[in-house]
Amino acid sequence: MKKRKLNGYLLAGLLITGLLLLMTLYGAIHTPYSPTAYTGMKFEAPSAAHLFGTDKLGRDIFSRVLKGMGTTLSIALATVAIGAVVGTAVGAVTGYFGGLVDDALMRLNDTLTAFPSILLALLVISLLGPENKYNLILALGIVFIPSFARVTRTAFASLRDVNYITSARLMGAGNLRILLVHLLPNTGRVLFPALTIGFNNAVLAEASMSFLRITPLETSLGYMLSEAQGMFAAAPWYALSTGSVIALLVFGVGLIGEGLQQRDKEA
Amino acid sequence: MKKRFLAIFLVLTLALTLLAGCGKKPSEPAAPEAASPPEADAQALQELNVGVAQDFDSLDPHHATAAGTKEVLFNLFEGLVKPTSEGQLVPAVASDVKVSDDGLTYTFTLRQGVKFHNGDTVDMQDVVFSIDRNRIAADGGAALIPALAVIQDLTYDDTTLTLTLSEPSLELLSYLTLAILPADYEEQETAPVGTGPFKYVSRQAQDNMVIERFEDYWGTPAKLDKVTFRIIENVEGLVMGLQSGALDLVMHLTSTQTAQLSEKDFHVEVGSMNLVQALYLNNAVTPFDDVRVRQALCYGVDKQDIIDRAFDGYGIPLGTSMFPSFGKYYDESLTDYYTHDVEKAKALLADAGYPNGFDMTITVPSNYQPHVDTAEVLKEQLKDIGVNVTILPVEWGVWLSDVYGARQFESTITGLTSDNMTARKLLERFGSQIGNNFTNYNNSEYDEILAKAVTSTSDEEQTALYRQLEKNLTENAANVYLQDMADLVAVRNGVEGLTFYPLYVLDVSTLYWAS
Amino acid sequence: MKYTLKRIALLLITMLLVSFLTFSAFDLVSGDPAQTKLGTEATPERLEALRHMWGLDQPFFTRYFRWLAGFFSGDLGVSYHYSKPVWELIASKVEVTLCMCLLSFLIIVVVSIPLGIGSYRLVGGPFDWLRTAFNQLCMAVPPFFTGMLVSYGFGIVLRFFVPGNVPDLHTQFGAAIRHLFFAAVCIAIPRIAMTIRMMRSTVISEMNKPYVRTAISRGNDRHAVLTRHVLKNSLVSTVTFLGQTMAEIVGGSIVVEQVFGIPGLGRFLVASIGYRDYPVVQTIVVILAFWVVAVGTLADLLNQRIDPRLRLGGRV
Repeated sequence: MKKRKLNGYLLAGLLITGLLLLMTLYGAIHTPYSPTAYTGMKFEAPSAAHLFGTDKLGRDIFSRVLKGMGTTLSIALATVAIGAVVGTAVGAVTGYFGGLVDDALMRLNDTLTAFPSILLALLVISLLGPENKYNLILALGIVFIPSFARVTRTAFASLRDVNYITSARLMGAGNLRILLVHLLPNTGRVLFPALTIGFNNAVLAEASMSFLRITPLETSLGYMLSEAQGMFAAAPWYALSTGSVIALLVFGVGLIGEGLQQRDKEA
Repeated sequence: MKKRFLAIFLVLTLALTLLAGCGKKPSEPAAPEAASPPEADAQALQELNVGVAQDFDSLDPHHATAAGTKEVLFNLFEGLVKPTSEGQLVPAVASDVKVSDDGLTYTFTLRQGVKFHNGDTVDMQDVVFSIDRNRIAADGGAALIPALAVIQDLTYDDTTLTLTLSEPSLELLSYLTLAILPADYEEQETAPVGTGPFKYVSRQAQDNMVIERFEDYWGTPAKLDKVTFRIIENVEGLVMGLQSGALDLVMHLTSTQTAQLSEKDFHVEVGSMNLVQALYLNNAVTPFDDVRVRQALCYGVDKQDIIDRAFDGYGIPLGTSMFPSFGKYYDESLTDYYTHDVEKAKALLADAGYPNGFDMTITVPSNYQPHVDTAEVLKEQLKDIGVNVTILPVEWGVWLSDVYGARQFESTITGLTSDNMTARKLLERFGSQIGNNFTNYNNSEYDEILAKAVTSTSDEEQTALYRQLEKNLTENAANVYLQDMADLVAVRNGVEGLTFYPLYVLDVSTLYWAS
Repeated sequence: MKYTLKRIALLLITMLLVSFLTFSAFDLVSGDPAQTKLGTEATPERLEALRHMWGLDQPFFTRYFRWLAGFFSGDLGVSYHYSKPVWELIASKVEVTLCMCLLSFLIIVVVSIPLGIGSYRLVGGPFDWLRTAFNQLCMAVPPFFTGMLVSYGFGIVLRFFVPGNVPDLHTQFGAAIRHLFFAAVCIAIPRIAMTIRMMRSTVISEMNKPYVRTAISRGNDRHAVLTRHVLKNSLVSTVTFLGQTMAEIVGGSIVVEQVFGIPGLGRFLVASIGYRDYPVVQTIVVILAFWVVAVGTLADLLNQRIDPRLRLGGRV
């Protein structure tokens, strides 16, 4: 049996993600220029002064991308957190108990899956008022519940009748204790890949929502990309830099997921 | 093993390429044709593809409210009179108009032989029907054009129509540009019929509307055979449509967008949007209920910088709710009433009890990029006077119901127009008792002058009163007036004859492909 | 048979829930269709008249059941914004979106299945990491970004198609398909990568199962074992996955339609939500939801055929 070690994917993924995270943190504290200030001529090509060039109002795209990464990352992380926590809870209850609760919650789950996420996001946003990004997080969080619920439900259902759980039950362990202490740790194997995939989907979902201008976030990578589309001829670097950053974010985490999986297999 | 994989991969790549090729095959025999840009075909046929940024709200000209719809319907419909590109009203469905000296009687002579697009001849019943449809309230509702209430009596025979007014109205004629429609025709909304130089052919929701030249038009016939209006709601798509050849002409572009087009293919014509773009303030909410705060904002804003930054220098700075196309009504001296002065702005704010500034929200319709851009420049400018701006982009529908309808907002950036060339339409909305006074401007002096102005019988007096109203708005800093935005029109080289109106219209009847 | 009926019943229940949810959404979302329609010329009287005409002054449940009754009798209502029957408006859009999604699905199947099967052989090879990384990269690039590059490169520079001008599907089928092909590829790329990855791991885990090892150790040809047993046994998860892909393609098509300027269902949905054109939104949501649920059900039923053991599972 090999020792658990870093494999190439994990290393590369951690490197890329770590670098992007560092940039985001750096961007939260300091950006080369104010992301909203006019620091140059419009559509300046990338240079030492403006790494990614400037946009139509002469703002530094690199600074904007740094800020945008913060927005996109925080939304994606929070979204996945909501989806994973609530989804796992739903999955645990339905998978472990089964029966009527299972049927009812799973119908709700199906309904949410089938419901267009755009409309759901719009609904949450207009219910809570569009003033902040937390509404978008909540909306996307809800969108992500069903997939986590489905994955964990299967895991819980398959585990509930294995021997050690039955013996725990016989020894008088309560349902809550069994769920939290005995079952939850064992769902990690399905939960981790689901988390990385979920994160990637969340980044893309946030980007799509902003791209379609459904969510009012000024500094979001998706919004910037949609702006950049019309300026492709004049400032290709705008679209290329924002698009590549989105892709890199997803790529990095995807590699981590791949690496984790490989490591599990080797272990 | 590896080789095998490589082989599979290669085969698949090849297959994919072939698949892509397959798709192209049907047109391959006609390769030279396919290779030539689509505009070449359009040219031979005198067809034009026009890009518009929003779908039409209604094809019934009496019910259409969006400026973007009226702009296009202009080509399908006419009234008794119609506007010219110089801003004059000339007889259209009427052949002659006479106004009595006291301004109380209008006599119209029906032009003989004017045809509707369905082939019927326009008769007096149609004219009366069309006027009454706007003048008389439908059951339970209000009249479509409340200003027509001044018509006390309407008498007609086969050739003449006489309108008797309860009080003189200098602007009545502007309202009679309303479209003449066939009496009792029910399908106006889905298959419109009018008397204009073009007739309706077809429409696909969210996609396009096709119109064709109306051969029996009474006036100067249109030059183009067919015009397709393509709806591309995604602003970025318009530029791409021009570049790809899907579109030949697009109005209301920004300088950023036109900068993307190659001079080899396009030329850009510059007109004016004929609207008042401003940071409209809700005068009823704190702190904007304090005139000093409003004035401080006016001093804090640098209009020219906005125009330079966001509009590449295109645009005419404004100081009040009126723009240059209105000629005699427009008071140019008000533009520089507030010059950019950070110190003065700070002093006014301190005076009003905000020495450290305050936070405010600007609500902008997110579908309209120029207003969003303006908000972003404003945000930076107002930082200097300590005002911290949050930009809140909302959907157009939400803007209409929350900002315009319910007046639930602090400030907003939009452009207000006058679609029938009356100064009244621009100024009346600031009267405290007026239904669409969404800024809640409340000034008793303004109300008094307004009441006098709308009933005035002398053009000279009315003009003077309107100018007083403008001055009132400026002095009290009702809103932070910005500019009359430039209208940049991208036109494919070869298309000629574009005419600008002092109105928000696109007259396609004068356009043609020069050979 | 019993199972089939049960699945269909579940499908109907889900659809009812979706339609109810959509309907309640309208009541909660801010923005008013009458105000949107009348724009800046709205007066309280005209707003009232319009709302009355559309029956918006009726109680919630009256409206819902009226809609439901209409739906089952084939009447989808009349669009607020276009004053036209909803079906007349969306028929062409359904066609366009369906064509694009099916095309995309076809590309996914044609490309990913052979590649997925082939890829197991190379596990552990010297360039395996490169392929895996490339696969991850394909998954990471958002379709609307690819779409932007493709519509600029192939559309504007190379002029293979005209972005923003989709030929009519009825009169110029070939040209329309060629146009949609580019959008379909953009949707397909990340999905192909996902499918290959899924198939690869399924085949690998299947190959490690005792029965396969036994079969091979007994001297059976590896290739024969693969085609005879392993592929058959990984079919279930492949079908499930492809079913899910089929459902998700439609959701993902909305953004791509926007990028390419394709007048499809997704773009119409976004616009109609903007207009608060409820009859149209309601219909489109029901269509999209039906697609998702129906494809899922179909995949399940198909799997029952492939592997009768699943029928005993009972829980769905």
